[in-house]
Amino acid sequence: MKNPLESLHKTVALGVVMTVLMVIVAIAIGS
Amino acid sequence: MEFAEHLIRWFHVLSGVMWIGLLWYLNFVQVPTMPKIPDELKPAVGKHIAPAVLFWFRWSAASTVLFGLILAWMEGYIGEALSIGLNGASSPETVLLGIAMWFGLIMAFNVWFVIWPNQKVALGLIEVSDDTLKPKSARKAMLFSRTNTLLSIPMLYGMVAYQNPPF
Repeated sequence: MKNPLESLHKTVALGVVMTVLMVIVAIAIGS
Repeated sequence: MEFAEHLIRWFHVLSGVMWIGLLWYLNFVQVPTMPKIPDELKPAVGKHIAPAVLFWFRWSAASTVLFGLILAWMEGYIGEALSIGLNGASSPETVLLGIAMWFGLIMAFNVWFVIWPNQKVALGLIEVSDDTLKPKSARKAMLFSRTNTLLSIPMLYGMVAYQNPPF
């Protein structure tokens, strides 16, 4: 399987997914 | 103190724009365009443009981190943010900032200790005994540069969200 980081589009899409996860984590941890 | 913080924030943003701007130039422009450049013109990029990009890239990464850490210390949230709220109660925006700061630190580490050493080999800026190392180093530098592009998206979100929270 090709490394998704070899595709610029997949890199950007993963970055957006990671941003959403980061917000969920911040809401879960933050008070 | 407030004016000093204001100035340090400006230096942090100036450095950061140069760093991420060059990172995105490499990933969105230079790397995808290289295969389309005629062979006789490729040395212009490898020998002249790329070394200049990498010089400003690595030093702007260093100054972004330096001014960012000074700013976080002056503002009094460096410990709270870097602990990502695990050592007590923190607001969601401080957690976002903390995650973003860690991403920034990881990215700066990648620049100085993975991308730059491998680019030196790939671009022929240092002599290597084994020529097969060059394509391996170029691939490693590219993948870590892509990792930094990936991390730059949530990192910039966290930095902005701290000033202008979504909650």
